[in-house]
Amino acid sequence: MKKMRKVLSVACIGMLLATALTGCGGDKKGSGDTIKIGGNLEMTGGSASYGKSAQNGIKLAIDAANAKGGVLGKKIEFVVADNKSEAAEATNAMQKLIAQDKVIAVIGPNLSSASIAATSINTSAKVLAITPMGTNPNVTVDKDGKTKDFMFRACFIDPFQGTVMATFAKDKINAKNVAILVDNSSDYAKGLAQFFKEAFTKGGGKIVAEESYLQKDTDFKATLTKIKASNPDMIYVPGYYQEVGMIVKQAREMGLNVPMAGGDGWDSAKLPEIAGKAALNNTYFSSLYSPDDDSQLNKDFVAAYQKAYNEKPDVFAALAYDSALLVINAIKTANAVDTVKIKDAMAKTAGFSGVSGNVTFNAQHNPVKSAVIIEYKDGAQVFKTKINP
Amino acid sequence: MNNIRKQDIMSLLGCFVLFAVMQLLIMFEIIGPFWELNIVLIGINIILSVSLNLINGYTGQFSIGHAGFLAVGAYTGAIITVKLGLPFELALIVGTLCAGLLGFLIGLPTLRLNGDYLAIATLGLGEIIRICILNIEYVGGASGLMGIPRETNFAWVFWVGIFVIFFIKNFINSAPGRSCLAIRENEIAAETMGIDTTKYKVMAFTIGAAFAGTAGVLFSHYFYIAHPASFTFMRSFDILTMVVLGGLGSMSGAITGAVLLTGISAFLAEYPEWRMVIYSITLIVLMLYRPQGLFGNKELSLKMFKLGGDNSGRTAEGK
Repeated sequence: MKKMRKVLSVACIGMLLATALTGCGGDKKGSGDTIKIGGNLEMTGGSASYGKSAQNGIKLAIDAANAKGGVLGKKIEFVVADNKSEAAEATNAMQKLIAQDKVIAVIGPNLSSASIAATSINTSAKVLAITPMGTNPNVTVDKDGKTKDFMFRACFIDPFQGTVMATFAKDKINAKNVAILVDNSSDYAKGLAQFFKEAFTKGGGKIVAEESYLQKDTDFKATLTKIKASNPDMIYVPGYYQEVGMIVKQAREMGLNVPMAGGDGWDSAKLPEIAGKAALNNTYFSSLYSPDDDSQLNKDFVAAYQKAYNEKPDVFAALAYDSALLVINAIKTANAVDTVKIKDAMAKTAGFSGVSGNVTFNAQHNPVKSAVIIEYKDGAQVFKTKINP
Repeated sequence: MNNIRKQDIMSLLGCFVLFAVMQLLIMFEIIGPFWELNIVLIGINIILSVSLNLINGYTGQFSIGHAGFLAVGAYTGAIITVKLGLPFELALIVGTLCAGLLGFLIGLPTLRLNGDYLAIATLGLGEIIRICILNIEYVGGASGLMGIPRETNFAWVFWVGIFVIFFIKNFINSAPGRSCLAIRENEIAAETMGIDTTKYKVMAFTIGAAFAGTAGVLFSHYFYIAHPASFTFMRSFDILTMVVLGGLGSMSGAITGAVLLTGISAFLAEYPEWRMVIYSITLIVLMLYRPQGLFGNKELSLKMFKLGGDNSGRTAEGK
């Protein structure tokens, strides 16, 4: 028995060493008849649900392109690297995709902080990256206000969502007094809150309470009690679905039944599970995309997505799908497998129709496009209205 | 005495050779940028695991707040280079000193606790540091400190790593180091023998924290960003896992643990869905069949191989 243990432990160490060493096997050369596109996505970690949807969306776009014979006569191969929803790992994943897999363009990461860190790598390697959902302004612009040549985004920037929601609150909900509950550990949430506040007070509204919480908090009763005391007509909660779900649930439990609203961090199939379907009634969020949008392009996309994955696409899937289409379009326009030419072609994209609207890149590599407001009705997302820039 | 000197010189020579080989491999791009990045990451993890091993393995104190000191180093280093525009060398020194100072201040009260209580206190501490950073606008708050220049390279990590390894090795062989070992074996007996246990525990904790700070400076100056999400308690557990996997109280073990776990993580990047599954199964199997860790508290040494060095665990970096 003792001997067996020894043998097993030696075997175990051997296995460990083998895994560590085989990894060092050097670069894999891409074969000549395929074009590789990378996905630097959140496959594990706190935002894994975003990464999974994005992966589905990209796969759908690439499979469709391959079915039509690929691009430039070559098939497209999609390679995913996990960034664990974390900035340093996103840098690592970006390096892997570019150096090991030799991709000619990267889609992702979805998170702004991860995109900002990782873009240093693809910029120095002169390979373009497009973030489907990184909405922080600093993703495509450096701190001196200069546009980062090789970084693009498929979504509009944060501030626009705050402004949109302020317009919606004023015109459609007729709110006068609004309380804000912001996720203080997220720049995204703080940006939305700030622009909401500016636009809303400019339009004559009043902010009656401003409270904050941190990610991974679970008990919001004390904060919500304070908010309840300020008698708001609406509560604005820009944040991510995990905490938002619990906030909505606890607010309704306390009898705080006013409308609640937020940004696209609310867009997740998990939200109705966390908050409860009934509690989620009378809540709205601004988003880049609604599956109920009635353009033909979108209808086809939704049908294909449902066929492939048996669920409705969310905004991450749609924007990732658009990102993939944008990349494929840029490769076609560049008419060469040359990363710099592809980047130039991407920057000149104008009037491109995607499922989330028409895309024209401005000088900061931000697309100019419309926003939608979505309402939760019995746990389902219902398209409410579209607001133009 | 003479013998030890000779061994040290031999090891140092071994390091030079290893460094030259690795540097050439990187220069001629036989090691691509992805593996270069991971080798640097391995180096940083070696510094972290070796410094945590001083606290957990040699002094027998159960600390799980190492990511906190890593964060302090990462951020102070970044403030020096980004905000104040001073050179990277100074950032390394200041980052180390700040983390060490914090370790000292925190070590004084908490090291009077032991066992589970110390573990909880250090865990809380790591989180407190992270939450503080999250709320300081000066260092970017939740979005992290951006625009850090890439100053760290393989040479920096290698030589800082060698320095840390030799420093801790010599510390363990010195009188204070012996006291630390005595405290690990039996704290009451050590106190009876006239060892000021708090003093030596704080000393080990401070040194460990300081080197974690060094690793932090190297880390933030390699990945362009210091972000609070990189310094969660999961990071502390990662480091702890490396130490325990290699064998508590073994320098070779800590180094091997860091090399293996970082290597496995990089290798499994190809299979994101399976990464955590394989990683955890490996750990479970290892702990079932070798609960004392790969090396127990033994060391690889010159005597065992007649050549190689104290850091022969490094050769597992491959190539």
